Amino acid sequence: MSVALVSDAAGAADRAARTASPLSVRGLTVSYGETPALFSVDVTVRAGAMTAIVGPNGAGKSTMLKAALGVIKPLAGSVAVFGQPLAKMRDAIAYVPQRASVDWNFPTRVIDVVLMGLYRDLGLLGRVRAKHRARAMACLDRVGMTDFATRQIGQLSGGQQQRVFLARALAQEADIYLLDEPFAGVDAATEKAIIAVLKDLRDAGRTVLAVHHDLTTVPAYFDDVILLNREVVAAGPVDEVFTEALLQTTYGGRLETARIQAETVAG
Amino acid sequence: MLGDALLFQLGYNASLVTLGALLLGVAAGVAGTFLFLRKRALVSDAISHATLPGVGLAFIVMVALGGDGRSLPGLLFGAALSAGAGLLCVQWLSRRTRLGEDAAIGAVLSVFFGFGIVLLTIVQTMNAGRQAGLEGFLLGSTAGMLRDEALLLAVSAGLVLALVMLLRRPLTLAAFDPGFSEVTGWRPGWIDLAMMGIVLLVTVVGLKVVGLILIVALLIVPPVTARFWTERVDVVVITAGVLGGLAGYLGAAISATAPALPTGPIVVLVSFALFGLSLLCAPGRGVLASVLRHQRYQRRVHVRQGLLALASGQPIYERLTHRLLRRAGLIRADGVATTAGQAAAAKAQLDETRWALVRADQTFATAAARYDGLTAIEDVLTPDQITDVDSRLSRPQAVS
Repeated sequence: MSVALVSDAAGAADRAARTASPLSVRGLTVSYGETPALFSVDVTVRAGAMTAIVGPNGAGKSTMLKAALGVIKPLAGSVAVFGQPLAKMRDAIAYVPQRASVDWNFPTRVIDVVLMGLYRDLGLLGRVRAKHRARAMACLDRVGMTDFATRQIGQLSGGQQQRVFLARALAQEADIYLLDEPFAGVDAATEKAIIAVLKDLRDAGRTVLAVHHDLTTVPAYFDDVILLNREVVAAGPVDEVFTEALLQTTYGGRLETARIQAETVAG
Repeated sequence: MLGDALLFQLGYNASLVTLGALLLGVAAGVAGTFLFLRKRALVSDAISHATLPGVGLAFIVMVALGGDGRSLPGLLFGAALSAGAGLLCVQWLSRRTRLGEDAAIGAVLSVFFGFGIVLLTIVQTMNAGRQAGLEGFLLGSTAGMLRDEALLLAVSAGLVLALVMLLRRPLTLAAFDPGFSEVTGWRPGWIDLAMMGIVLLVTVVGLKVVGLILIVALLIVPPVTARFWTERVDVVVITAGVLGGLAGYLGAAISATAPALPTGPIVVLVSFALFGLSLLCAPGRGVLASVLRHQRYQRRVHVRQGLLALASGQPIYERLTHRLLRRAGLIRADGVATTAGQAAAAKAQLDETRWALVRADQTFATAAARYDGLTAIEDVLTPDQITDVDSRLSRPQAVS
């Protein structure tokens, strides 16, 4: 069962709109061994909007993001970026992985991490020139981290690490920004800074899709929401979909726990 | 004698060995860096042990075909094939079964090595095999290094440097952030395979020099050593190459001074000496530096606490605090503050009072984040801000 933004009874006009979507996922199914993590997910992300993926622990939120990006190989399903196959459209995508997924003791500095966002442009051997450094510094400036450019990444706080990751995604100058738990374990000032940058991106016509765990901030931060629990429970604008009844369906008995967890994490 | 060896003055063969070990050291240090950063160092141990059955089989096949079993290209080709098979076994076991990579390495390493030893024993019983000298592949033998072997090492080292140079960005991304690498369009699976290919090349060409048991040391010790000196990937790679080359050069030169000293093990020991030196003396990450840093910090804490105790008229109990204050001329032997001590104590007390207000006030949030109980407030706030803080301090406050 799935409720996509565009109903299944869509006509030709709707189909055209669907192909124009920055990110559209059809029948995406992922399993770890024999355990299904994600079942037949259909999602069409609205262009120029900020969309949250919300759901209980183990609902497959990060899995959906990773499978849509090809980081995890799905069992079935297809992904289209502006109606094109993902492999052709990598330039259109920027990705912010979960902070905990990388080795922060790695011998690299803040500026070097941001420059990784330019690797696609630089290719294997292209020289890092002054203009590339300037671009990386401008991205650091947008997240308020210019003073830390030459620090080793292991010396940063959690919030600072997350800002650096966001700066790297900004350096990719993409149309779609996919973020995996960007607010997990960051301080209040960082959360404010990140949301401001994301809203700027949206206002500039970019599309933002983020895995999000804090139910209390969904209406304030996002335009659209995808309620996920292994399959899509509902998806659409926040004021239509982010309702008590649908949240109950998504979280079941875990709704209260999710709220309390969100409070403690956010507080 | 050692001086002659270092200057390549000890005859043609010794010079060839020194040059070969130097080149191998550079190649291994550079190739091993990304293996170490990807946390897959021990896979190289499985690869090197898996070369042995290939050596034995290649010998047997070449003899059976009526050729010379000792032909080095043939032996190395066999070594590369079986090392590749061993690598694929490790990959397959750790990806497709529930075994971890450590278990897969242990299983593959021991089985391949065991099979290799059996084959070497069989070779010993063959007529052509008595003088084969295949045991040299276990611990290395440089005694009869030929010009062709040195040339092979040179070409391989050049190839390794070129490949690592070409792939430095994918290799870095795959080690630091595989997910991001995938999104960039560089599949971590393929990058890993390329990395293992480079390691396999170094292992195979290094077999004759240091032997399959010790080659892992050449791959891993230089990058680990280099890591002590820098926080940048590119510098780690270059430093590891230099350290590896240095170990190879010094080790081979030392072993050339006495006929009984084996080259491979001496190279490894020199490499370890460089590691020990770095472990102790590297600034920043070295043991001495961190002990000193810790002591300095501890002293600052003690002096600060001592001054605050003086300011509130409390006696100083801790001997270290007492000694530090005494040495700084802040107290007399009986624990009473000197004039300088009184001034410093008053200053410390004022700092604390100002900090307390700054930390309680949201408008100073960024400054308050830098509070560590030691930093003087002048380092964080502007004179104007301090005046502002002081004006608020003079107002009557509820004190509990």
